[in-house]
Amino acid sequence: MKQTKGFWLSIVGALALYAVIQFLIMSGALNDFYQNMLITIVINIILAVSLHLIIGITGQFSIGHAGFLAVGAYASAIATMNFNVPFIAALPIGGIAAAIAGLIIGIPSLRLRGDYLAIATLGFGEIVRIVMLNIDYVGGASGMMVNSMTDWTTATACLIITLVVIVNFTNSTHGRACISIRENEIAADAMGINTTYYKVAAFAIGAFFAGIAGGLYAHNFYIIQPSTFGFLKSFDILIFVVLGGLGSMSGAVIAAVLLTIVSTLLQDYPETRMIIYSLVLIIMMIYRPQGLLGTKELTQLFKKRATVGGKPNGNKHTAA
Amino acid sequence: MEFIQQLVNGISLGSIYALIALGYTMVYGIIKLINFAHGDIFMIGAFIGFYAITVLKISFFPALLISMTACAIFGVTIERIAYKPLRNATRIAALITAIGVSLLIEYGTIYVRGAQPEAYPSTVLPSTEFKFLGATINSQSLLILGVSLGLMILLQFIVHKTKIGKAMRAVSYDTEAARLMGINVDNTISATFAIGSALAGAAGVIFGIYYIKIEPLMGIIPGLKAFVAAVLGGIGIIPGAMVGGLLLGVIEAMVSALGYSLWRDGVAFVVLILILIFRPSGLFGKNMREKV
Repeated sequence: MKQTKGFWLSIVGALALYAVIQFLIMSGALNDFYQNMLITIVINIILAVSLHLIIGITGQFSIGHAGFLAVGAYASAIATMNFNVPFIAALPIGGIAAAIAGLIIGIPSLRLRGDYLAIATLGFGEIVRIVMLNIDYVGGASGMMVNSMTDWTTATACLIITLVVIVNFTNSTHGRACISIRENEIAADAMGINTTYYKVAAFAIGAFFAGIAGGLYAHNFYIIQPSTFGFLKSFDILIFVVLGGLGSMSGAVIAAVLLTIVSTLLQDYPETRMIIYSLVLIIMMIYRPQGLLGTKELTQLFKKRATVGGKPNGNKHTAA
Repeated sequence: MEFIQQLVNGISLGSIYALIALGYTMVYGIIKLINFAHGDIFMIGAFIGFYAITVLKISFFPALLISMTACAIFGVTIERIAYKPLRNATRIAALITAIGVSLLIEYGTIYVRGAQPEAYPSTVLPSTEFKFLGATINSQSLLILGVSLGLMILLQFIVHKTKIGKAMRAVSYDTEAARLMGINVDNTISATFAIGSALAGAAGVIFGIYYIKIEPLMGIIPGLKAFVAAVLGGIGIIPGAMVGGLLLGVIEAMVSALGYSLWRDGVAFVVLILILIFRPSGLFGKNMREKV
């Protein structure tokens, strides 16, 4: 009951935030630069949260997330530009295409774990990029022209849907099964959890939302190019999740917002931005490997330990 | 003879992959870390060699030695600063640190000297072409192959005949037991990094001579492919890395020869995923217990 109340409270909060910003946009207080930054923040939050489901909740270390983003971006761009599908319908098309890619890459995850899986997903991301680079239908290296259609309303709607689905998935039986796989796969298997099913499902759901983000991303600018979906992009997304705390959704959201703002401000100094990123990553791993929030959620910080259920579960960092 | 020509190219490229892959495989064998920064040490090696040749005006072999020494020191420094504090952390934390170090080296280099590429001086090695079975072979590629093979033989000698090599094999086999036997594990790990990085530095100089163009982000793709080569041969196994590197080079050359040169990079990753799915221990895995 209490959880439902919190749930509706956050929905109302999100809608209020949306309305305020929409009002600011309508009244012209936010120029194109800030609007663009807001949409980039939203896209990055969706990406961070979708990767959080794969790495933070299920413990499958995937560093090829830009591959899913690329599949979603290209699939939705093809839908709108070549088949005149309306934008709203093109987003789920991108999501479904990415989810299929997620199913495909989920299969190796059954055989591999830890850094082997990481390297396989990295290879997958690169394969997607090279395929896009070599197909003339999508413009090859010079990229594909896309009409700019992403606006604040669509982006927020996608964001709210993503957050609601991921939060509910995490708190459901399925989410708990995924967490048990993260904590100890062999023990989870022994307790009768179908680890195969949940690992592939996590990949598919995570990829689906990355695909939606890809659709938003593709229709935010006028052109998409394979080179933007290299593994630097994957690392960007990975950094959101790692910095926020492997296993904490609010952490991923906060890190995505902070880092997007920082990197937008440092746009003119790309080297400085990457140097700061990498130093943060190294120092974080040496001194606080569990990330900003560990596996805790922001809401837990405001509650007393006892009301969480007696047993705080966020002290151990055991992702992957 | 297009085929033999491509085979020669493939073996030259493959020997570069093999040199980088040796560093990956040694480090993985000893501390189970995919050292993402290894490809960037290769890049640093190429640049040190470049500056040694153009600024100090020295010939190929001294430049190679300078580059190898500098890279060895650099590799050990990275290990001491970034990886040593994480000796007991989770492997994922170590992997993320390695990614961070890799990005830091790449963008640090761009920050220091800019992103513009440099062209290796073409006169540093004599380049005469001669025909063999209908293929045109450049004397440079033969020399490259010779240097690579020489370094690999030297490595085999170090690993199998010297004290530090014995220590490396022991630590790789069982770190705790090696420590109990009085082996200084930290020094052994540093030595592994030093040798691996020196080989990567040599590969960088060779790469520069062969492909002329060097730039700060050049380490990424060869680094990843060298990792693929290491996995292909069975990660942690030195002869595996050599065979894997050569094999990958030849596969790529064959793909190019068939007219799909744009798909080369993709094929390397397809090979990686197939190997990981069907034979995760690599071609040489299981049968050979000894590893470094």
